[in-house]
Amino acid sequence: MSPSVPIGDVRSLSSGTLINSTKKATKLIRNFTLKRDVHLADKIFFLGLLFTSFLTVILLASIGLFLYLASEKAIAASGWQIIFRSLWDPVRDVYGVLPVLYGTLVSSLLGVIFAVPLSLGIALFTNELAPKKLATIVGFLVELLAAIPSVVYGLWGIFVLVPLLRGSIQPFLIENLGFLPIFTGPAYGVGMFTSGLILALMITPTISSISREVFRAIPHSQREAALALGATRWEMMRLSVLKSAKAGVFGAIILGLGRALGETMAVTMVIGNRAEIVASLFAPAQTMASVIANEYTEATSEIHLSTLAFVGLLLFMVTFLVNSIAHLIISKITKKHTGTF
Amino acid sequence: MSLNPLGDFTRLHYKRRKATNILFCSLMVVSTLIVVLALGAVFGYVLYKGLPAFNWPFFTSLPKPVGEVGGGMLNAIVGSLIMVSLGGLIGVPWGILTGVYLSEYGRGKFASTVRFSANMLSSVPSIILGLFVYVILVKPMHRFSALSGSLTLAIIMIPTIARITEELLKLVPNHIREAGLALGLPRWKVTLRIVLRGSFSAIITGVMLAVARVSGETAPLLFTALNNQFLQFRLDQPISSLPVQIYTYAISPFDDWNRQAWAGAYALIVFVFLINLITRVIFKPTVKGLN
Repeated sequence: MSPSVPIGDVRSLSSGTLINSTKKATKLIRNFTLKRDVHLADKIFFLGLLFTSFLTVILLASIGLFLYLASEKAIAASGWQIIFRSLWDPVRDVYGVLPVLYGTLVSSLLGVIFAVPLSLGIALFTNELAPKKLATIVGFLVELLAAIPSVVYGLWGIFVLVPLLRGSIQPFLIENLGFLPIFTGPAYGVGMFTSGLILALMITPTISSISREVFRAIPHSQREAALALGATRWEMMRLSVLKSAKAGVFGAIILGLGRALGETMAVTMVIGNRAEIVASLFAPAQTMASVIANEYTEATSEIHLSTLAFVGLLLFMVTFLVNSIAHLIISKITKKHTGTF
Repeated sequence: MSLNPLGDFTRLHYKRRKATNILFCSLMVVSTLIVVLALGAVFGYVLYKGLPAFNWPFFTSLPKPVGEVGGGMLNAIVGSLIMVSLGGLIGVPWGILTGVYLSEYGRGKFASTVRFSANMLSSVPSIILGLFVYVILVKPMHRFSALSGSLTLAIIMIPTIARITEELLKLVPNHIREAGLALGLPRWKVTLRIVLRGSFSAIITGVMLAVARVSGETAPLLFTALNNQFLQFRLDQPISSLPVQIYTYAISPFDDWNRQAWAGAYALIVFVFLINLITRVIFKPTVKGLN
């Protein structure tokens, strides 16, 4: 078709036959290489992948659906006000979800409060201060912290942390800060405070590793600019690292909160398992996850089982919400940074 | 210089800035030390308490009745092996296929729904997954079973493996796919034989980390697989697992059981640590965000 066809034979052909013969040739080639079963195999492969992925979506949806179905009895019996009732009494078969909701929120927040300074400290240390080799080692150790099974933390909590807190730290705090309502009452060892500490240890790897990723995405020129203006190291971190990483760090913290909310075994083993709302952090409490772990196999009445399923549904919704917020923030940040690079 | 009051001021100011710098930098070092020491405390204590009870009978004998000293966790070890392998059999292919879909065909609305679901699924607390399997499997079957436990572990594995697979396959440069297609290979062959095989060892790393994670899962097994003091291999019966056995022994009031809980924790931690070390040393850490 182009004017510069080099071969004389082709030039002698009319354009119609040329098109015809190219059509024939492509048909021939198609018949040789792309056999019909190849097409079919590709289609089957794609459909298989699609089906599995679809199942993954269905799985998530059905978790919510089946938890709802299982908790229908509890909702029918007392309506959604069950959330705001504060008595949890399996003996009299009366249930209000408020104490476990309170326990979950307070213990998780406590964990976050303990974990945030530690995690940011580690993230800044490994990213800005430490030599590369040391940073790698510390990074590996912190990752190991995430790999330790929850039940091992619980075991350690029962036999090491609880006696330590009961014996020395809690009495000390009660004596010196006892005027605060959160530090009153007897030192049980087990309770909200202890689970907050263990949760902090468990979510520190999450928060610090994501913060580190966020810090890493900040261009070096920003740090150099601060240093060139005469900033000290800390001022450089404050001005050019922490300030621009604010949103990302917030996302990391929310993600850590999400993990803390659903953490079960370690909390169950050290929180004391008493579903009451008490101001003191040293008092035993109960979380949504721990009440399910403790009572689900032993529940005999329909309404008890159904209420526990409702607690599960509530926990599912709360973690879903918290985690989707975190993902939204983090994905936005990482997108923005890959854009500037 | 000292005659100039402003000079004194700047010097003071400078000193204060320097002090703040030192203060915050040492706070960073201190927080790192705290966490590393805590890790050391957990590891060290498990070693210290677990090693004496970690002996041959631990692997080869069944739990003794209360009051009798000795016995081991054979039933729990076997149970964990069965459930983790069966869970892997379900969860690993499922996860890998989802990951392949996301990386090779993952554009458009449906794909982002799948990606979002996988992300959310990985953040659902494991106890909720146990509750879910209880409702859909344990209740209709009217019994706790190894099968339910395996299914729960599989569900925990799926999103982790899917996300790792997606990340890894995205690292494969496009011209490699094009080279395969240009040779006339059909797409499924390019995907399986070239793309997937090329990142096989890295995917194995991800699978091993997922296995390490689920072998420590306790909460969802409490009411799916329950526990069993006897050795058994049937899938439709309650079965013991190492983490659940540790939990049961840890909250029991008997010294010998507590001692065995430590031994179990030791076994679990060594297993997890070895997997982490192996994946780090043998397979180079090519994957970002594996955890």
